Amino acid sequence: MAQPTLKIEDLHVSIEGKEIVKGFSLEIKGGEIHAVMGPNGTGKSTLASALMGHPKYEITGGKVTFDGQDLLEMEVDERARAGLFLAMQYPSEISGVTNADFLRTAINARRGEGNEIPVMQFIKKLDEKMKLLDIDEEFANRYLNEGFSGGEKKRNEILQLMMLEPKIAILDEIDSGLDIDALKIVAKGVNAMRSPEFGCLIITHYQRLLNYIKPDKVHVMMQGRIVKSGGPELAERLEAEGYDGLKKELGIEDDEVVEQEA
Amino acid sequence: MATETKGLHYDASYIEKFSSSRGEPAWFTEMRKQALALAEELPLPQPEKTRIIGWNFTEFEHELESKAVDSLNDLPEYIHRLIGKEEQAGNLLLIHNGRLAYQSLSDDLKSKGVIFTDLETALREHGDLVKKYYFAKAAKLDANKLTALNAALVNSGLFLYVPKNVEIEVPLQTVFWQDHPDAGLINHVIVVADDNSSITYVENYLSTEHEGSQVANIITEVYVGDNATVRFGGVDQFTKDVTTYINRRSYVGANGRLEWALGQMNDGNTLSETFTSLVGDGGVTDMKAVSIGHGEQRQNFENRIHHFGRNTESDMLIHGVQLDKAQSIFNAITKIEHGASKSDGEQTQRVLMLSEGARGDANPILLIDENDVIAGHAASVGRIDPIHLYYLMSRGISRKDAERLIVHGFLNPVVSQLPIEGVKDQLTEVIEGKVK
Ligand SMILES: Nc1ncnc2c1ncn2[C@@H]1O[C@H](COP(=O)(O)OP(=O)(O)OP(=O)(O)O)[C@@H](O)[C@H]1O
Ligand SMILES: [Mg+2]
Repeated sequence: MAQPTLKIEDLHVSIEGKEIVKGFSLEIKGGEIHAVMGPNGTGKSTLASALMGHPKYEITGGKVTFDGQDLLEMEVDERARAGLFLAMQYPSEISGVTNADFLRTAINARRGEGNEIPVMQFIKKLDEKMKLLDIDEEFANRYLNEGFSGGEKKRNEILQLMMLEPKIAILDEIDSGLDIDALKIVAKGVNAMRSPEFGCLIITHYQRLLNYIKPDKVHVMMQGRIVKSGGPELAERLEAEGYDGLKKELGIEDDEVVEQEA
Repeated sequence: MATETKGLHYDASYIEKFSSSRGEPAWFTEMRKQALALAEELPLPQPEKTRIIGWNFTEFEHELESKAVDSLNDLPEYIHRLIGKEEQAGNLLLIHNGRLAYQSLSDDLKSKGVIFTDLETALREHGDLVKKYYFAKAAKLDANKLTALNAALVNSGLFLYVPKNVEIEVPLQTVFWQDHPDAGLINHVIVVADDNSSITYVENYLSTEHEGSQVANIITEVYVGDNATVRFGGVDQFTKDVTTYINRRSYVGANGRLEWALGQMNDGNTLSETFTSLVGDGGVTDMKAVSIGHGEQRQNFENRIHHFGRNTESDMLIHGVQLDKAQSIFNAITKIEHGASKSDGEQTQRVLMLSEGARGDANPILLIDENDVIAGHAASVGRIDPIHLYYLMSRGISRKDAERLIVHGFLNPVVSQLPIEGVKDQLTEVIEGKVK
């Protein structure tokens, strides 16, 4: 299998007429793990949602290609079937649809008609991944995210990741709301995916997650774009200093952030 | 052209002949005749917000040919699949075009005194018992033209009686199967769970002819004795040319429990009333009903729960999907009478609109005549949440399939509650067929 590539060039995204992402560029290849960190409200989730094709976000400029194809031309489901995955910061709850039915439908959507996954094979795979993520068996028959705790939802996102085996995954604050044991388990799940055919963009606020999932590159996002890139040591520096030091160094005024918080 | 409600084609002498051909007791014949006179006079029901003028309630064939079935294996596949595979198959009635076609009841239940037979047989063999419950505490013969018409012309029915203290684990199932293009199913179902008994009953209505003018006029009476439990599952599946009036009524005694799980999947115009009366103290009802409107279908669902006893509890969940140009009205009425203190009545109605041309209307009504109670209602009419669609699609599921999943999920509260796998599967399939 070829090494997948997600290439984002000078992306601009607006929501309700307000520009949030302002010239974001990044290339993610199979085998690489990138981390994006940044203060609240800088547009990290907006970036992730826009890449997945969330209906509320409007792309106002730039280009994104996925394995050479124009990603922005594709419908949400086409993006997913092409191999893109987004673990959402706030996953939806879908009543009456069991986790297992949902996962099987999603897997089969990718495999295509006539090539459906045999039921036994599906159950085996599901069992295996649920064990690895320490998810109780009953969750297979619970309704999708309905009544799940914050941490359970996050784990369920990773379960979907492991079941669907995408080429490129974006994990939006997959560590928020997780206790320390759950964090390790989720990291184990992501690490199990590591291969030259899998690339990953991790959005996080905490360096802690990056202790368990070692990133190749760390990017700091402020005011809608990457303002600094480096190795894992950049995350450590942010953990120690917060964003102020970096802002000073880069001469960034944070009036915009203040304005948003006001 | 809006047809007038036509005069009835039947007179007292026809009724007498019909009744005697079935060997009915005199009181029953008498009731038919009285009802016929009432049917001429009484007005049609007046459902809130649905015009039923012009609906065909009277043009149908009253006497149909019916055939006994020796072996279930001789049945068409679509019926065969409905029937519970193992233990339930032991307790089954098949009513074909109004007459008993197949019957089985396990020796165990027979020896416990359970009666599970068609109304015609029950009238002959257990006339007095039928009399005690027929149009007695639950349904009223003179409620309107259609209830009277039902009593005058009843040509099909079921009588299920569970004696005191008999608890039955396995479900009992009835399949009402119509396959005449002009069938008139005038049906009366009686389910009685005497004190301290418990029962699970599942009924399927199925018509398989599509070209004609058919009528289904159905009255169901459910009696739940003191401390008794009835789990009542139903899937209605009449074809497009069947006009349906279905009136399910119940009476719940002290500490009795009644659970409804209804899949109302007709393709034709439907007027449905479901009524639960919590008479004794401590009675509980849990009512779930789901429906789909499609094509040009007009439907009206009135779901009503009255609390009379103290400490009574009710929970009503009504979910309806509207497709194409369908129009449905959902009226939910929870009434807590004076004296029904410490009662709790909750109702939720949700209508999911899948097309621009469809119309749906959910009217929640709470009538409270007592201070010391809890009551609540929720009602909504809306479309699929685009964020839900986005979430499902972000996993590779097409828009169409994502919508389908959401609809199945929306109707799942009833599907998951039906106790017979075959019936569950069939309901799932019907839903699938309508949403495709
Ligand atoms: N529907 C909306 N209408 C207006 N503004 C919005 C809307 N959705 C998001 N925003 C704004 O867009 C900005 C970026 O939000 P986004 O969720 O992308 O931030 P983030 O970097 O993911 O923050 P966090 O770290 O808190 O998750 C915020 O200021 C937010 O208030
Ligand atoms: Mg965010």
